[in-house]
Amino acid sequence: MRNELYAGLRRKITAITLVVSITPLLALGATIYFQFSGMYRDKIKEQIYYRAKTQADGVDLFLKERTAILGAMADTNQFNFIVEEKNLLPIFSIVNQRAGAFVDLGVIDNAGRQSAYVGPYDLAGLNYYQQPWFGEVMTKGIYISDVYTGFRQIPHFIIAVRRQENQLGWILRATIDSDVFGAIVKAAQVGRTGDAYIINSEGIFQTRPRFEGKILERSHLDPSQFGGRTTILERMDKRGKSTLYAGSWLNNDKWLLVISQEVEEEMASFYATRSIEIAIIMAGVLAIVMVTLFTTRTTVNRLRETDGRLDELNAQLVHSDKLAALGKMAAGVAHEINNPLAVILQKTGWMEDLLEDEDLSKSNSYAELKASIAKIEEHVERARKVVHGMLGYVRKMEPRLEDVDINDTIMQTLSLLSNYARINNIEIKTDFAVDLPVIASDQSQLQQVFLNIINNAIDAIRKDGLIWVRTKRDDSWLSVNIEDTGPGIPPDKQKRVFDPFFTTKEPGKGTGLGLWISHSIIEKMGGSISFETDVGKGSTFTIRIPIVVPEKK
Amino acid sequence: MDLFRVLVVDDEKDFLETLVKRLNKRNIETAGVASGEQALEMMKQKLFDVVILDIKMPGGMDGIEALREMKKIQPLAEILLLTGHAAVETSIEGMKLGAFDYLLKPIKLEELLVKLAQAFEKKDSHDQKIRSARIKELIRFPGRVFDQEKP
Repeated sequence: MRNELYAGLRRKITAITLVVSITPLLALGATIYFQFSGMYRDKIKEQIYYRAKTQADGVDLFLKERTAILGAMADTNQFNFIVEEKNLLPIFSIVNQRAGAFVDLGVIDNAGRQSAYVGPYDLAGLNYYQQPWFGEVMTKGIYISDVYTGFRQIPHFIIAVRRQENQLGWILRATIDSDVFGAIVKAAQVGRTGDAYIINSEGIFQTRPRFEGKILERSHLDPSQFGGRTTILERMDKRGKSTLYAGSWLNNDKWLLVISQEVEEEMASFYATRSIEIAIIMAGVLAIVMVTLFTTRTTVNRLRETDGRLDELNAQLVHSDKLAALGKMAAGVAHEINNPLAVILQKTGWMEDLLEDEDLSKSNSYAELKASIAKIEEHVERARKVVHGMLGYVRKMEPRLEDVDINDTIMQTLSLLSNYARINNIEIKTDFAVDLPVIASDQSQLQQVFLNIINNAIDAIRKDGLIWVRTKRDDSWLSVNIEDTGPGIPPDKQKRVFDPFFTTKEPGKGTGLGLWISHSIIEKMGGSISFETDVGKGSTFTIRIPIVVPEKK
Repeated sequence: MDLFRVLVVDDEKDFLETLVKRLNKRNIETAGVASGEQALEMMKQKLFDVVILDIKMPGGMDGIEALREMKKIQPLAEILLLTGHAAVETSIEGMKLGAFDYLLKPIKLEELLVKLAQAFEKKDSHDQKIRSARIKELIRFPGRVFDQEKP
């Protein structure tokens, strides 16, 4: 029952402590994690956004530069001049010197025929009239194509500018190697999973992507998902990995520069931090759990010990109370019995007086009457002894303080008992501490106590044995040890040793009040009587008396 | 042994009567009363050498109170306290007030007689002292006796 209570208490304390200490820790950890994760994600998005934007700006600039230089060349040269291949060649080398990345250069007249061509392919004389871009460049003035393979089967794109010369329009057209162009874009391919490429408005790759396909193939991205200028998308692939896409429109919104990055890779350092955080929290939780279990166990055990001591104390108090109540009762009973006894004794005395008178002494019954009276008196005497024994308890209520030398007191007691011990062949040995202080106590009461206990020891031994009486000082206590070689006290009787009227002696030999009175006397003095007993070997009674120094007179 | 006068005060009638009878039988002039008030009345009329007083009597006058009054009436009478229980404090108080000794009931007549004899002896020696003091005074100042005797 008690154990269940303690276990319940322990569980409760443990649970509350754990909840109270772990909950804030976990809450803190989670908050830090989510806040930090959000911030980190925002940072990554921001980074990829700016990368896409700057890269798109770079590509745009590249195109504008090329377009501008072609425009300048067309504007500064007459058709008649430029159509000569020997004139076109230096122009080609100038533009390549200034801007680079041009593969070839051609002049197309207003009928769509390539009138002049400088470059590695044999494209002179081709007619572009049917090509859709031809019409567009003729109307708009500038045209930048998507990447295509065209006649030469190599991915490229063209930049074409129209010159309006008098009524006649002609076109200066240049090819840009897609690979050269793609290299600029590729510079933005970072990390293990980072990709950068350009797709057109239909989603066709304009530059070679790192992972997701080949040039001129259709990308899995739908460009219409991207809004104006620069936008960011996040998509999950089949494996559940999340990828960030930043798209930035360029080339008059015909092309979309895409930078992609797996979130996981970018988050790697964050995940490392997260692992550390989790480890720290786990360690913290473990420490809390261990400390909680330990302290709770210790606390509850302490409590249990304290309760145990309290119970013991309570039991002692109850016992003392019981003895005190019995004492009061004894006083009352003594009074009630003593008065009738006194009457009986007087009456028998009177009878005796009368028997001596007159001629009754000659009566036949004289002897019998005399014997009966003697018996009555004997038994009154017996009852008187019992009552006086009880009264001894009451009498001790008011101890008198005098200077007492314990060793002296014991010696006096022993002298009273020495004859009784000698006839039973019992030796009494003493081992007295010599430095015992004189204390303020009641010598006759102490003598009564020693007398009771040593007398009991002699009675217990019966014949042939040894009694040791030892005194010693124990801090602020005097202790007296009385050890006998008697038969010991059987376990079933140990509890009742200090109860009144409890005796193991033959009827008429002991009243069962000796130890009861001794116990009361010593308790009243603030001391204690205890005993240890070993059945078959003997008992040791220990009397502890507080050292009370007599007042200086 | 000189004849001496004893008063027994005890509310236990059987005890009182028997004790009085037995003491009288032993040539001790003994009277018995059952309460403190009666005892005081008696003492106002008659001198006693020793009073045997039960200090615990139910109702009426408390033993100690009676003792105090008795000492006022007959300061020279010795008083033996008798008690049925161990009211040591009361007995001590009684002795402080001038009681000769105390005895615990039940008591054998022999023991009581010893105590009575002691009490009487004390009283007697006390009387002797007073007497001899008077005699000395008489020898020194023969006229003084007459001065004192005058009211």
